[in-house]
Amino acid sequence: MSKTIHLTLKIWRQNGPGDKGRFETHPAKNISTDMSFLEMLDVVNEQLTLEDKEPIAFEHDCREGICGTCGTMVNGRAHGQLKGTTLCQLHMRHFADGDTLVIEPFRARAYPVIKDLVVDRSALDRVIQAGGYISVNTGNAPEANTLPVPQDRAERAMDAAACIGCGACVASCPNASAMLFVSAKVSQLALLPHGRPEAARRALSMVRAMDACGFGNCSNHRECEKTCPKEISIVNIARLNREYFKAAFISQEN
Amino acid sequence: MRLDAKIPAGPLPQKWDRHRFELKLVNPANKRKYDIIVVGTGLAGASASASLAELGYNVKTFCIQDSPRRAHSIAAQGGINAAKNYPNDGDSIWRLFYDTVKGGDFRAREANVYRLAQVSNWIIDQCVAQGVPFAREYGGLLANRSFGGAQLSRTFYARGQTGQQLLLGAYSALMRQVASGKVRMFPRREMLDLVVINGQARGIVARNLVSGEIERHEGHAVVLCTGGYGNVYYLSTNAKACNVTATFRAYKRGACFGNPCFTQIHPTCIPVHGTYQSKLTLMSESLRNDGRVWVPKTPGDQRKPSQIPEAERDYFLERKYPSFGNLVPRDVASRNAKEQCDQGKGVGDTGLAVFLDFSDAIKRDGRAVIEKKYGNLFQMYEKITGEDPYATPMMIYPAVHYTMGGLWVDYNLMSTIDGLYVLGEANFSDHGANRLGASALMQGLADGYFVIPYTIGGYLAGSHFAEVKNDHSAFTDSVKEVQERVTKLLAVRGRRTVDDFHRQLGLVMWDHCGMARTNEGLTTARARIQELRAEFWQNVRVPGTGRDFNQSLEKAGRVADFMEFAELLILDALARQESCGGHFNDAYQTEENEARRDDANFCHAAAWEFTGEGKDPVLHKEPLVFENVHLTQRSYK
Repeated sequence: MSKTIHLTLKIWRQNGPGDKGRFETHPAKNISTDMSFLEMLDVVNEQLTLEDKEPIAFEHDCREGICGTCGTMVNGRAHGQLKGTTLCQLHMRHFADGDTLVIEPFRARAYPVIKDLVVDRSALDRVIQAGGYISVNTGNAPEANTLPVPQDRAERAMDAAACIGCGACVASCPNASAMLFVSAKVSQLALLPHGRPEAARRALSMVRAMDACGFGNCSNHRECEKTCPKEISIVNIARLNREYFKAAFISQEN
Repeated sequence: MRLDAKIPAGPLPQKWDRHRFELKLVNPANKRKYDIIVVGTGLAGASASASLAELGYNVKTFCIQDSPRRAHSIAAQGGINAAKNYPNDGDSIWRLFYDTVKGGDFRAREANVYRLAQVSNWIIDQCVAQGVPFAREYGGLLANRSFGGAQLSRTFYARGQTGQQLLLGAYSALMRQVASGKVRMFPRREMLDLVVINGQARGIVARNLVSGEIERHEGHAVVLCTGGYGNVYYLSTNAKACNVTATFRAYKRGACFGNPCFTQIHPTCIPVHGTYQSKLTLMSESLRNDGRVWVPKTPGDQRKPSQIPEAERDYFLERKYPSFGNLVPRDVASRNAKEQCDQGKGVGDTGLAVFLDFSDAIKRDGRAVIEKKYGNLFQMYEKITGEDPYATPMMIYPAVHYTMGGLWVDYNLMSTIDGLYVLGEANFSDHGANRLGASALMQGLADGYFVIPYTIGGYLAGSHFAEVKNDHSAFTDSVKEVQERVTKLLAVRGRRTVDDFHRQLGLVMWDHCGMARTNEGLTTARARIQELRAEFWQNVRVPGTGRDFNQSLEKAGRVADFMEFAELLILDALARQESCGGHFNDAYQTEENEARRDDANFCHAAAWEFTGEGKDPVLHKEPLVFENVHLTQRSYK
């Protein structure tokens, strides 16, 4: 059943990348437990607007857990405490009356803050540009059933492909590593026969781009896996490592 | 203005081949001399950008999100149709064409729809080659499933995330072209005006959403792939940033708006639960393959579903439509749910919901099978409602989902402005008055991968272009107008928030221009919208400045356009004195409460021309000629 709770929010405010930033405290009153976390922020923002204050900037779009736009740290956890959930799918029924919530942006060297809770995650696009694709021009494709893909392989490729690119893995990693993100794409394409021709080049190039963007390396903390809203497994990181070493030692690519 | 759809002559199956032959070509060395602007990076925009860049054009691509991968196509769940006939169940290009024309209640252009069905198979080939992990059978070949509005299995899917996987495929092709330098990507930009010079679309004016700077971008053609306008209803399954601004600004520059009253209300959404609600969530209609829709037979029955015996349940879709059952098209399913709720048989706290029950399917196939098919959807439902759909029936209610209307385009997908192309949901072309499930993904990708690469070449090769730089007076004037509007929005400093206005607009639209419309209601709505718009410009409060990242300002501009556009939608609904597909006027229904078309008077596409601020737009009609299908009363019994 729905009920109403009162919360205290400690929210990070920052005017831009050059600003030092600070926490502000705002009450969130009469919050229905049926609301989503973002709807709770909407309510606070409506109030701030009417009080002639600037609303809190936060990113969101689809609000159904698939676009990967939303995401902040809530009490130190990316997307909040609930497993396998984006922030937009976190509902207030998981909080108790009187709770204090500390809300911060995703923090990483590769994610400069744009404003308040909004960060620039374009580094993730740059990593994909380095090879997160199969080189097939429109019109080049053979008939779709030409290459059969065993069902379990297709399923594992889909498990990896479920990544929504929210970047929470980076925010929760002590090294701010993007290994889970990179490995999800490398795995998806490595598991499919269509992706094999470029597998070696892809692994080397995407890892190189990840380093160049300022993401750290993986040291097996597994925080990424724990926080991933799509529950992408670190098995993919192991596969990325295998693909990477294979490419580095055996392939002609460099 | 005379509308010319430019439908090629000849028999239907040969039109597209013949047209492709007749289109002029741009030789490979000359392609690099042309700059093409693509706005939007959903399925249509990403696929168009990548395909045009692969051909050698210089492409500048814009999106409002932080990354092109986030466009709302990503949220499409169920699947994509193609006429592969892999299941050997009687499918063909002709049947996909026929189903789509009939599903659209005979208000789409035959030639466009036939082409869509023809290229559908290439789309699957292309996506598989890109690494889209479609569902497969044990033998490793592609799997198909059935979907609302079809009696055979022609839908390809990637769990409940087909839109995501197709979009990421198109996005990866786009990223490859960005890496090659053929596409320049401009994320976090919102197109606020179209620049037309000598009658040709030559550029756009966009706001940089981070710095607030108003930018000018010139090109030889502009391709709008900016999606639909469902958010005019405030609550819809669209993402929060979906808006009508780009297409509406183009309309104000001379592009006719086609069939704005054709809106799709999707039957399987999670019901509204509070006034703070910011959006509605769709549950893929693939659920109707195994879920049974029912309400209690007695109005006002407050018992829990488990306590209502079988004999006291009304499986109303199975009862009324025995041959299609729960798989009737969306408009029919939605209207029937509303009808049951209007009779007091709705369930849940608000009485605005019907059950979607999986208990029979779980009994028949076992929980594991159902979990494999719909696991992520069930999980999503539980997250939002806190109820377990394996144990108790889901509650669903229709919600605004898709808009068949959009900018009018000819067979080449060009609007009434030379060089302005419109693709995907943003155009009006292929779905008539109602879209069938798994057809939106098909259309977006058909337009982007397989139509625009050919047709834009014909235009570029056959047109003369004056040299245009971005300091041209048309750009300067447009920037000035855009800037003034921003300043005006910030200067009102009233007492109501943007969302508050948007919510009220949405309620007016939903109440009077939703699943069932009346002339009286529409007239009332028009007056209410005019009042609301006047109040908006007197009393809206937009905090902050125009010189930085300001989400309130972004929303305010979009809502201001929705306020004007809503009236156009109403006018179109008033002008169309018939019922067809998603446009249901209470005055025009059969004895069995189905939509009654008036083919003698309304077998046309409506195209509205802007004639100036404060003036009524002018209606142009493109007659729809059906040479290959026989117009019938749609029946799913």
